[in-house]
Amino acid sequence: MSVKTLKINDQDVSAREDETILEIAHENNIFIPTLCYLEGLSVVGACRLCLVEVKGSPKLHPACATQVQEGMEVFTNTERLQKYRRMIIELLFTEGNHICAVCVSNGRCDLQYMAQRLGVDHSLFDYRSPYKTVDASHYRFGVDHNRCILCTRCVRVCDEIEGAHTWDVKGRGIDSHVITDLDTPWGSSETCTSCGKCIQVCPTGALFKKSKAVGEMEKEREFLPYLKTMREVR
Amino acid sequence: MRKVSMATVWLDGCSGCHMSFLDIDEALLQLAPRIDLVYSPLVDAKTFPEMADVTLIEGAVSSEHDLEKIKHVRAHTRVLVSLGDCAVTGNVPSMRNPFSVQDVVQRAYFENVSNNPQQPQEAVPGLLSRVRPVHHIVPVDVFIPGCPPSAQAILQALTDLLDGKLPELNARFG
Repeated sequence: MSVKTLKINDQDVSAREDETILEIAHENNIFIPTLCYLEGLSVVGACRLCLVEVKGSPKLHPACATQVQEGMEVFTNTERLQKYRRMIIELLFTEGNHICAVCVSNGRCDLQYMAQRLGVDHSLFDYRSPYKTVDASHYRFGVDHNRCILCTRCVRVCDEIEGAHTWDVKGRGIDSHVITDLDTPWGSSETCTSCGKCIQVCPTGALFKKSKAVGEMEKEREFLPYLKTMREVR
Repeated sequence: MRKVSMATVWLDGCSGCHMSFLDIDEALLQLAPRIDLVYSPLVDAKTFPEMADVTLIEGAVSSEHDLEKIKHVRAHTRVLVSLGDCAVTGNVPSMRNPFSVQDVVQRAYFENVSNNPQQPQEAVPGLLSRVRPVHHIVPVDVFIPGCPPSAQAILQALTDLLDGKLPELNARFG
């Protein structure tokens, strides 16, 4: 496998040819914000938070889904990118009903973390305040669609790591939402193994363990890179 | 040195942000010589002054009264500060937004009331169709998120403002 050399923010870096901009940036301690990306899961490029600028290209590229190329010049933190990233965060907040003050993940949430990191302290967009439901039919877990940002981490971990494929996405555009089985109550699912991996990877309080109070839902994700590596070794 | 005239206003919120302001405890004594508290639920003044240097707004804009008040306050304030999640995002009061006002009133004044259910007709201002953050109605200069914002964050913001700086808090949002 050949080595590619490129520049990120004028810093020379070298990468394996199969690596993405995001991977090589992280290896070099260059911060690129992400939400749908999670090490150990496949890449979907859904949230667009990791968009970067590549010299010579008019469009923006998702760092998680863009492979490195020889001589590439990447910029990860331009004013244009900062503006778009803040807009994405604001849109995610205004699209659902997050109401962080009364969320199990308050203070432990990837969306909040990114908002803070990117300097979002209010949203210019109107809040949509859609009517959304909560499914608490599972005996241990719940899903609160008000807080789902459709990153599909739950869908991917359930399919790729647990192998159950209980989760999926239904609907188009603004009507999209995650479902269990054939859009039937989670508690009556015949495929769910109740492993709880979806709970751990969820970036917000959309998927939660029951009997957790505000701010108590701590996520444990160490298992993911471990399981992925073990699978590759085998 | 002229004291900075400061007001605090309570719209649709729980007063927790005002409590958190009081929670800066002994630091209130540092602020006191520099601030003239001209209008607030904490003092007796009944009318908003002609011009306040700084006004802290707690709460979202939910009723006709809130709407009227925030417009008046903005017109008579130099630096308007959204204090806390209700002012910044709508927060808990905005949880009624997915429902119609009629449904909300029905739920609050009839469905959950066993004794003489009725809707108050006097002295209670009408609800707006949607609860909105303050900056969606009038321009806001400073945002202090948090439910409530920590006493430390409020103290830092006020100290910065008194020193003539716009605070950069980097607080958690949402």
